[in-house]
Amino acid sequence: MTALAGTAGFAEALRDAGVAVPAGGAAVFAEALALVGVADPDAVFWAGTATLTAGPDDAEPYAHTFRAYFGGAEPAGGRAPAPAGPAAVLTVATDGSSAPEPGETDQDGPDRDRPDDGGPPALRWSRRETLRDADLGACTDAERAEAERLLAVHRIHTGNRRARRRVPVAPTARRGRPDLARSVRGALRADGEILRLARRAPTTRPRPLVLLVDVSGSMAPYARALLRFAHAAVAAPGAPPVEVFAFGTRVTRLTRELRRRDPDAALAAAGAALSDWGGGTRLGESLRTFNDRWGAPGRARGAAVVILSDGWDRGDPAEVDAEMARLARLAHRVVWVNPLKASPGYEPLAAGMAAALPHVDRFVSGHSVASIEALASVLSGPPARRGRRA
Amino acid sequence: MEVVDGPASPAEVLDAFAAEGYLADTGLATAVLLAMRMPRPLLLEGEPGVGKTAVAQVLSRWTGGELIRLQCYEGIDAGQALYEWDHARQLLHLRAAEAVGPGPGAGADALESSLYAERFLVRRPLLRAISAEAGTGPRPVLLIDELDRADDEFEAFLLELLSDWSVSIPELGTIRATVPPLTVITSNRTRDLHDALKRRCLYHWLDHPDPDRELAIIRLQVPAIDERLAAQVAAATARLRSMHLYKPPGVAEAIDWATALAVLGADRLDAGTVASTLGLVVKHHEDEERVRSVGLDVLVEP
Repeated sequence: MTALAGTAGFAEALRDAGVAVPAGGAAVFAEALALVGVADPDAVFWAGTATLTAGPDDAEPYAHTFRAYFGGAEPAGGRAPAPAGPAAVLTVATDGSSAPEPGETDQDGPDRDRPDDGGPPALRWSRRETLRDADLGACTDAERAEAERLLAVHRIHTGNRRARRRVPVAPTARRGRPDLARSVRGALRADGEILRLARRAPTTRPRPLVLLVDVSGSMAPYARALLRFAHAAVAAPGAPPVEVFAFGTRVTRLTRELRRRDPDAALAAAGAALSDWGGGTRLGESLRTFNDRWGAPGRARGAAVVILSDGWDRGDPAEVDAEMARLARLAHRVVWVNPLKASPGYEPLAAGMAAALPHVDRFVSGHSVASIEALASVLSGPPARRGRRA
Repeated sequence: MEVVDGPASPAEVLDAFAAEGYLADTGLATAVLLAMRMPRPLLLEGEPGVGKTAVAQVLSRWTGGELIRLQCYEGIDAGQALYEWDHARQLLHLRAAEAVGPGPGAGADALESSLYAERFLVRRPLLRAISAEAGTGPRPVLLIDELDRADDEFEAFLLELLSDWSVSIPELGTIRATVPPLTVITSNRTRDLHDALKRRCLYHWLDHPDPDRELAIIRLQVPAIDERLAAQVAAATARLRSMHLYKPPGVAEAIDWATALAVLGADRLDAGTVASTLGLVVKHHEDEERVRSVGLDVLVEP
């Protein structure tokens, strides 16, 4: 086997393992091997890491594939990826009956504050719209039309923030700093006389939007619609920068998957990426993971964060409290969308919800398209003062 | 593909780095070797305080190439990164030309070309990095620090520069690097860099060192420290990292901590010295509470 054929085969194996090796990666790897030699397995390993991977998440599949491909032996047990949890338990009731969804049964009477089946007439996200399998199913014509409509109409505005970049403004605008570059160019046209002082002033940028979508069992009836909404937010042209994360027992970043324009393809990719679909919720732990890995490093900073969840939590409410407080400090505003809120007499009794509420700027219902339209206006409106010490 | 002279093996890089006070591992050494010889930019990612920026500083000291640093921030643009005309001096020049009156070669064109001469050009880091002459010494080390802080637009601009190492200045013409600078890009992953940029680069994720290497780093960086104290600091730092803190301490914090303990004249770690210096390794109020609730004794167990 020539070196290049070997590296090409390895690059292919890496792609199969889920590492996004770019075209030409194998050639770069071969080039690197020519420099470090192939005698030392360590050098080969690290040359491959440098040329074929592009993030810490690639490290484990890379090590695994490397051992399987070059080592010949079975990969060492310690480094093999953990089995992917309870694989998508998605056989949810398909007839729209109120049979309990998986993950819901061992919770503390979730039916107590859920809406009745005969909810408001605008209930497009009905309990009938349950998820049948991991690929989230194909869109019906109506859904597709609606997705298109959301895409076209619901350009989500998160409000603007002042940006650092300065752009030229009209000379009549009495703001900004002098723009000497343009002033000098103007002066050249006027025989060296500055007739007009050109100016530059800071521009504005839309705030980033972060969507955290609960995909646990109790949210299963809504999750598909919520992901469709998330897809609309991500794929809409001219939208603010949007990041989407799904959480249940773990946190999955779905932004890349949902960036495909075709809603079917996007939802299929999102479904394939989710392994905790329809399971329980560990709200506090999920929030912590999000804060640690993405929120505090930057994604939540100055962002509008929207959490779409019913607030059912099997973990420790104290952790929800602490992590929501942290998230509220990072974010510009936190909006909680709860599909249950629309039902008459709803009170946030779920422990997670109660713990989270003091740190939430706006608490809105999210059971229908109409309420999502309301969400759009909440996001673009002025921020409410949150009762952090409530 | 051109191959540049450089170290022959990762071991050579390890030794050279160690001589400059940076204890690398084989992974980093291999990536550095490839970056020096292939030549491609080296993209380093990792938690704050693991020594990403120091890699470029060490490279510069080792190779003798000038360290050219571009600190990225939101809103950075070509004017701050590449070049700018010195407009204030240009205006003075215009005034002077006016006062002196029409001289030889007068006319608007002559005036304009005199304005856009090299002497009015302000070279920013990227232009300095690519306009270094070959054969005049070691090639410069270009450090593009915290690229994730810059906006998308700047990243796209940088990608173009990294692809062909040339810049065209409308008034002066094209400037092409005779030898590309040794480039190190760092990112804290506050956002994803574009795939196209990553494709141009060699990638290395810098992790926290294992306790043995951390001990060696502390002893190298803080020579005044008692050996047993250094071992205790390394062990305590490793324990802090396993406590699920908001901000686990990096190598930089461990070195700061060891330095502080050495300054204070401590010869071993106990609950008292930890209590008075905890702020050097734990930088969040919540983290401090967590550590104190677990008990400071846990950190100083032998």
